[in-house]
Amino acid sequence: MSFLNVIRRRLMFLILVLFGVTVITFTISNLIPGDPARMIAGDRATPEIVQNIREDLGLDKPLPIQYLRYLEGVVQGDFGNSIRTRRPVLEDLRIFFPATLELALTALFFATALGIPLGVASAVWKDKPIDHFVRVIAVTGISTPAFWLGLLVILLFYGNLGWLPSGGRIDPSLEMPTRVTGFLMIDSLLAGDLTAFGSALKHILLPAFTLGFVHLGVVARQVRAAMLEELQQDYIRTAKANGLSRFKVVFTEALPNAMIPSITVLGLALGDLLYGAVLTETVFAWPGMGAYVVNSIQALDFPAVMGFTVVVSLAYVLINLAVDLIYMAVDPRIREVS
Amino acid sequence: MADPVLKIDGLEVLFPGFSGDVHAVNGVDLDVQPGEIVGLVGESGSAKSVTAMTALGLLPAGAFRQSAGTISILGRDVATMSEREMNKLRGGDVAMIFQEPQTALNPTKTIGKQMLRVIELHSNLRGLAARDRAIELLKDMRINDAEEILGRYPFELSGGMRQRILIGMAFACSPKLLVADEPTTALDVTVQRQVLQLLHAKARQTGASVLFISHDLAVISQFCDRIYVMYAGRVVESGPAQKVLGNPQHPYTAALIEALPEDANPGEPLASIPGTVPNLVNPPKGCAFQARCRHAHAACDSRPVLTDVGTKHQAACWLREEISA
Amino acid sequence: MSDATVSVNPIKRVLSRVDWGYLWYQIKKSPLTLGGGAVVLIVLFLVIFAPVFATHDPNAIDLRARLAAPGWEHFFGTDEVGRDLYSRILYGGRQSVAVGFFVVLVAGFIGTFVGAFAGLIGGRVDVVIMRLMDVVLSVPSLVLIMALAAALGPSLINAAIAIALVRIPIYVRISRGQTLLIREMSFVTAAETFKASKLHILRWHILPNILSPVMVQATLDLGSTILLASALSFIGLGAQQPTAEWGAMVATGRNYILDQWWYSAFPGFAILITATAFNLLGDGIRDILDPKQKAR
Repeated sequence: MSFLNVIRRRLMFLILVLFGVTVITFTISNLIPGDPARMIAGDRATPEIVQNIREDLGLDKPLPIQYLRYLEGVVQGDFGNSIRTRRPVLEDLRIFFPATLELALTALFFATALGIPLGVASAVWKDKPIDHFVRVIAVTGISTPAFWLGLLVILLFYGNLGWLPSGGRIDPSLEMPTRVTGFLMIDSLLAGDLTAFGSALKHILLPAFTLGFVHLGVVARQVRAAMLEELQQDYIRTAKANGLSRFKVVFTEALPNAMIPSITVLGLALGDLLYGAVLTETVFAWPGMGAYVVNSIQALDFPAVMGFTVVVSLAYVLINLAVDLIYMAVDPRIREVS
Repeated sequence: MADPVLKIDGLEVLFPGFSGDVHAVNGVDLDVQPGEIVGLVGESGSAKSVTAMTALGLLPAGAFRQSAGTISILGRDVATMSEREMNKLRGGDVAMIFQEPQTALNPTKTIGKQMLRVIELHSNLRGLAARDRAIELLKDMRINDAEEILGRYPFELSGGMRQRILIGMAFACSPKLLVADEPTTALDVTVQRQVLQLLHAKARQTGASVLFISHDLAVISQFCDRIYVMYAGRVVESGPAQKVLGNPQHPYTAALIEALPEDANPGEPLASIPGTVPNLVNPPKGCAFQARCRHAHAACDSRPVLTDVGTKHQAACWLREEISA
Repeated sequence: MSDATVSVNPIKRVLSRVDWGYLWYQIKKSPLTLGGGAVVLIVLFLVIFAPVFATHDPNAIDLRARLAAPGWEHFFGTDEVGRDLYSRILYGGRQSVAVGFFVVLVAGFIGTFVGAFAGLIGGRVDVVIMRLMDVVLSVPSLVLIMALAAALGPSLINAAIAIALVRIPIYVRISRGQTLLIREMSFVTAAETFKASKLHILRWHILPNILSPVMVQATLDLGSTILLASALSFIGLGAQQPTAEWGAMVATGRNYILDQWWYSAFPGFAILITATAFNLLGDGIRDILDPKQKAR
């Protein structure tokens, strides 16, 4: 299997996914009882105005034609206009996407920085108290309603302790750093504005913890399972028979090999974090795609919802592609088979 | 006489399990003298490997319990040794090779990296000197393109090649004792012979003692000075190879010899031992082989002990007593 | 064990006829599974007998006791119109648990049959079904569920339908994989040579053997469904006022989080406990039934 083959296979899948996603969301959006033209026009518009809008948007055409038109737009990067914000969906997403990505990456960092050590400890001391503790943490993580955990940490760190802000990305009194990457923490550093950086960091801590906690469990479980798998391999016995210390056996033999299958899970986790941010962003008033899509769904603003879904699905496929390529780069067994 | 390199006294090992403890090893006495090649033979499930792995402290902690017995390696009781001392011993004075060459090497590290690791851990050789030592070891194992092999990954090599590398690694730091657990079982017959000869030659050349574990009496007979025959976690017969094989005193040993395919006449079915190894959760009170033994009689309901049946030759069977009585 | 039973259907013996003694031995060895199972039973008991354990009418408004703190009169305090939160949480559990079982039953039944059908028929039908499932699985499930729920109109039953529809592909995959595995087994091949109908094979050989992996998935799904349903209620796409439902209670309580913390804290805690218990139980059962884990 060569790099090119992997890329070709993933791109084929990408086309399938885009087709599927658009068909599904398009179908759903046409299930809703409301009339988009009337929603755009507002309550007091005359039937003629509504009719004009309908013709403008091609809503008078048969559904398959409407779908093809939409697909044509998507391919050209045109997701149509949001009914709610009345701006092009793509423009909205461009504004909100970096905020979500920054949050998701910070959460992923948090989840891996804690999840990997916990998973290793859990596997090494299998069935010992630490293992039970990690497994409870892991299961609790995937069983915690993120929206509720968010409220609790706001209560504690904002309400009771007053250490951290309750929402937003940055102190509103501060000037926003010039947008370069769209990541506030990076942009503020680039601008040399430490106050803004500090504020951005303070604002991201609670939402990133909340979002990361759920995936902390996912990462710890995966690393634990992969480590257990590796630790019972014969080469571990060889390493022990060669006199390697317990520490070396775990960290130089088992862990690097256990991380290979874990890459897949970390990639999936990043994908999940991107749309998992939906609920967390709502709780923390984080101005990202998640809050945007929740508002859009509640307003039955389907062009926006479809745009979001397409973008996240796209990101999903691209992350998977990246995972495949990293996999090949680190595992000699796959690399050399070609 | 020098200390034995390995001495096991009254070893008992059990594995806690669903329907009760599995009594895997039930009082094994065994010793390996300097320079000696000792065979440990028995069917699968007779606890040959468990005995050896326990001796080197390689069984996963928590999965088993050593309920009795002492083990001493090079004159030192392992129970008194710290984890650090054991690590120094393993791969240094005591080496071990295993049955599965296809999985016994780390799949994501090159051969060179894995060999250098052992050499650097147990000797003062570093860098290029260590590399030269690795190449020398591989050449001793008749691997000609040793330099190139160092850069390869295990999955790129054949099973025989990998086992030769593992043997080379085992000899990296001139061990005084080598434990070889079915080292050729997973290999093709043609490769088997070659690997065995290399192992044998290397052991004789370096003066290392070998504890050679196999279920294959044919392999053991070519190779060993002395033999222990194990059945159901006990030694049932022991003695010099020619005596045990030429004049077996335990019906189990005799049955194993009869079952060798070499002795079969063409066209006749291969001889085999009827029945299976007994359940070790509730081991039989008497002789464990009783149920499968064609000579079983009343005395077998109590357990026979190892008794001298010749010079340095012992067997645990009532049959001889019957005859002599 | 006589030879006759072995030759009839070896897999059936291994997979579907549960060895209760062995299962119980394994569960006893795993305190987490045991704990999870116990909490599941307790939650089910409390929720089913909510009228017995409740101290108040869950919908009784008492404006004099608005936002009362937890105490003897109201164990978990009251909400903004003076309803007893403890009683509302007991009754609210009925919604959550009902949604959980509804989703698992609907998705499990449909998915299992579709998967077994695809695996048994094979060929083009199989390819089309599985590609369709791939596509559904490739769409971010939370967003798909939210969009479906919104399109169907906000209500708890619509939220449940949305979740069930989106969960189907998982069961299809499990059931198809298991079907393919069992099809190749000698006893099924034997049945086919005797011209047994596909329906007969499905009924007597496939379905009994798919059951245990589907059950494990279902147990795990109960936890995540309860979580999902409450999330939908939280953003207003699930249960509507005045129905007592955990997610919806957290959502309203959000407005009072800084001063009346109990309003959000207790219903959310109920979600956490219930989901954790189901997940622990599901995890434990999977570990026991997964032969790869058992080998350890």
